[in-house]
Amino acid sequence: MVDDKGAGAPLLSIEDLAVHFPIGGGLFSGKPLMLRAVDGVSLAIKPGESLGLVGESGCGKSTLALSVLGLVDATRGRVVLDGQPVGSDADRLAVARTVQMVFQDPYASLNPRQTVRRTLADPLRLHGVSNAGEVADRVAEMLRQVGLRPDQADLYPHEFSGGQRQRIGIARALILKPKLVICDEPVSALDVSIRAQIINLLLELQADMGLSYLMISHDLGVVEHMSDRVAVMYLGRIVETGGWREIFEQPRHPYTRALIAAIPDPLTRGHAREKARGEIPSPLNPPPGCTFNPRCPHATDHCRSAPPSLAAVEEGHLVSCWRADEFAPVPA
Amino acid sequence: MNANTEPLLEVIDLRIGLTTDAGSFAAVEGVSFTIGRGETVGLVGESGCGKSITALSIMGLLKPPLGLAGGRIVLTGQEIQSLPAAQLRALRGKRIAMIFQEPMTALNPLKPVGRQIAEMFVLHQGASWNEAQRRAVEALAQVKVPAPERRASDYPHQLSGGMRQRVMIAIALACEPDLLIADEPTTALDVTVQAEIVDLMKELCAAKGTAILMISHDLGLVTDICRRVCVMYAGRIVEQQESELIFNAPQHPYTQGLVASLPRLGMRARHGRRKLIEIEGVVPGITAYPQGCRFHPRCTRHTAICETVVPELTPLATGDSSPEAAGSLVRCHHHG
Amino acid sequence: MKIRANLALGGGLTALALFVGVFGPWLAHTDPIMDANLMNAELPPSGEFWFGTDQQGRDIWSRVMYGAQISLTVGVVSQLINTFIGTALGVTAGYWGGWWDDFVNGLTNLMLAIPSLIFALAIMAILGPGLTSLLIALGLTNWSYTCRISRAQTLAIKSQGYVQAARVLGYGDIRIMFSQILPNTLGPIIVIATLGMGGSILAEAALSFLGLGVRPPAPSWGSMLSDARETITIAPWLSLFPGMAIFLTVLGLNLLGDGLRDILDPQSRSRR
Repeated sequence: MVDDKGAGAPLLSIEDLAVHFPIGGGLFSGKPLMLRAVDGVSLAIKPGESLGLVGESGCGKSTLALSVLGLVDATRGRVVLDGQPVGSDADRLAVARTVQMVFQDPYASLNPRQTVRRTLADPLRLHGVSNAGEVADRVAEMLRQVGLRPDQADLYPHEFSGGQRQRIGIARALILKPKLVICDEPVSALDVSIRAQIINLLLELQADMGLSYLMISHDLGVVEHMSDRVAVMYLGRIVETGGWREIFEQPRHPYTRALIAAIPDPLTRGHAREKARGEIPSPLNPPPGCTFNPRCPHATDHCRSAPPSLAAVEEGHLVSCWRADEFAPVPA
Repeated sequence: MNANTEPLLEVIDLRIGLTTDAGSFAAVEGVSFTIGRGETVGLVGESGCGKSITALSIMGLLKPPLGLAGGRIVLTGQEIQSLPAAQLRALRGKRIAMIFQEPMTALNPLKPVGRQIAEMFVLHQGASWNEAQRRAVEALAQVKVPAPERRASDYPHQLSGGMRQRVMIAIALACEPDLLIADEPTTALDVTVQAEIVDLMKELCAAKGTAILMISHDLGLVTDICRRVCVMYAGRIVEQQESELIFNAPQHPYTQGLVASLPRLGMRARHGRRKLIEIEGVVPGITAYPQGCRFHPRCTRHTAICETVVPELTPLATGDSSPEAAGSLVRCHHHG
Repeated sequence: MKIRANLALGGGLTALALFVGVFGPWLAHTDPIMDANLMNAELPPSGEFWFGTDQQGRDIWSRVMYGAQISLTVGVVSQLINTFIGTALGVTAGYWGGWWDDFVNGLTNLMLAIPSLIFALAIMAILGPGLTSLLIALGLTNWSYTCRISRAQTLAIKSQGYVQAARVLGYGDIRIMFSQILPNTLGPIIVIATLGMGGSILAEAALSFLGLGVRPPAPSWGSMLSDARETITIAPWLSLFPGMAIFLTVLGLNLLGDGLRDILDPQSRSRR
């Protein structure tokens, strides 16, 4: 599949990123365990592109997001955003103007004691917009863009519904005009009947403002709808990445196939044979060899001893599996 | 299934009231459905539509400010909505069991899981402790917990979310109840674990002949497990159909709106990326239910009659004469 | 309604105490220290001396009126110091964690293990008696509870999305603590401060009773109680009125604190 979005240098480049946290240890507990939250991830997002990141608990997607935001330091590898490396010694304010985040829970992501106006105007002032008139104009404009009225700016968060609060969260993320927005489960906490409103809004804003998205979600339907490229993450590693069509129509990695098979939707039902077995292992104690092997319906001894790495099965479609070539495309 | 079999559970014109300082409100109104022996029925709706409290009322677990304000609940011919507490307790666990969304809060954190299962046998079947412990290990094996003898002495916090949910299912099905009520049992679980739990529930309940009342906001999940689905909105059932029909041919504008607004895997490949069809407005709160049809402010088809006259739940005219299709009902002046 | 009763009664009593504290000098009939006439010693309450007179012949009513200033000053100032220390330590410990958190926790544990009155006594012994020393001593002893609560609150708030959003927007740590965390911890802290004022007033009374607080002849309610020790059966009005003053003021502050907690507790707010 030809990728026609944003030619040229990538906006975000994650190069062999690893983030390890020592857990426990100390005077009486002996050597600490290593939590390999992110264990060798390389990804890129071009300007204007949407990358969907799919994974379940323990896969490291939250830590990856924090690394991109510069809030967590890399143990190995690096994150380069708009040509500048991101990390604790980077210019905090410059990073804030380049990448922002939309949070999952609209009920916890707004300060209950601040009016909407203050929540949106403060960041502008922090970043040097001192003219009161300009601040007011930008706040009003942003509210209009997210589908709210400027006269609602002086209300408090509890006076809004969940969907409206999420719009305010989106307004806050976009007020500094960033280039990359990380959307962390942006609709999971919303009522089902209003999810479409927010999804449509995010896509509209992307087109209007030329944004790139890193869309983190466990809902494959949302990811398929909103992404140009998709990366599937399991226990700190990317197991498959490619264009949305390849990933969802011709998934090659058994975990990707298991995720699709697990969706209880009549459109995708029938892939029952591909379901994963057992529980997700703890990232503190990953299995040897390919980390997916205990749950994989196709694991062999080789899989249990040697960890595979990402290799291209076709142009732009990478899979980390010893047996990737053997898997026929799942019938549509 | 023999169409003449007496239904296991009949809920008739259920009404649940909510009493606040600002007055009394009908949180749930006119809810009626039946569940046959071994049948699987789903109750679908968004948060606040009343599906969970409907389930709680069947178990007799409503607490103030909520209370049963009308209607009947009939379990194999016996009315149970006004039974004294002691008799209700005897029913719970033995004939009707319930599992919840968050097993960590539903399991006792201070007792090993094996013991919590064993208690069911002692309480409802008068088994001895030794016998009960042995059967508890068997129950853990039935819900596919690996190494059940060792797991039986684990505490809930030592188990993963999926394991805890399996323990809940083991407790619920221990005494082979006639009906299992499952309230969002997989919402807190990862997708792949969810799939396993769903398969487990289907398998076990089919084997034991237990009927299931499944409550969820996920229409896809419910249609996977259940034969028949009731869609609830703002305290009322607005549509009731066989699962296959609900997704492919929803009749109520709300259900249609839901199905059309969800981004479903496979749609983009088939139809390209289209703008999702939004349902305008927000779900009304209990204290502000609209007059007439409660969905009318958000409905594209609403007319004057919708604002004043509450539509009745009426059967659809379908060509199919099977018992399932005969149960197809819609509450709308302009359905179809 | 229980909430309103607490607030009304507590607020009323506290307002009364404040009123007396501010207008005491005008409400008093005589100078509380100088106007001593041994001829009038230990007279029972009458039309001229509303609360009677003490052993020096001073008008008890006037001394109680003036005494309000001392008690309230002690209550408010020492609590302000407590709150400042406790909040500063608690919020920074909760926010930054690490070794600073360990240090603050250790210090708090230490303070909680030492009986506060003994600690205050020790400080008074070093600083010498007097109102200022009293304020410092009480201000340094009772911050532990505020520290614990504000630390717990900070930990809870820290994980809320809006704090992380502030970091993502480029806010620095200090700014976040002041603009995002502190305003959301104020509720419980105000309640603790209000209840603490009552405690401070009682502590002052105790210390003055022991002769270690405010020095005579200053009309502090506590020292008035101390002086009246021997005459409690003969001339009960010498202890009754200062005692009542302490009792009503502390009761008022406690009820007010309870009422405020009911309002500011998010649980009760959502019920409305």
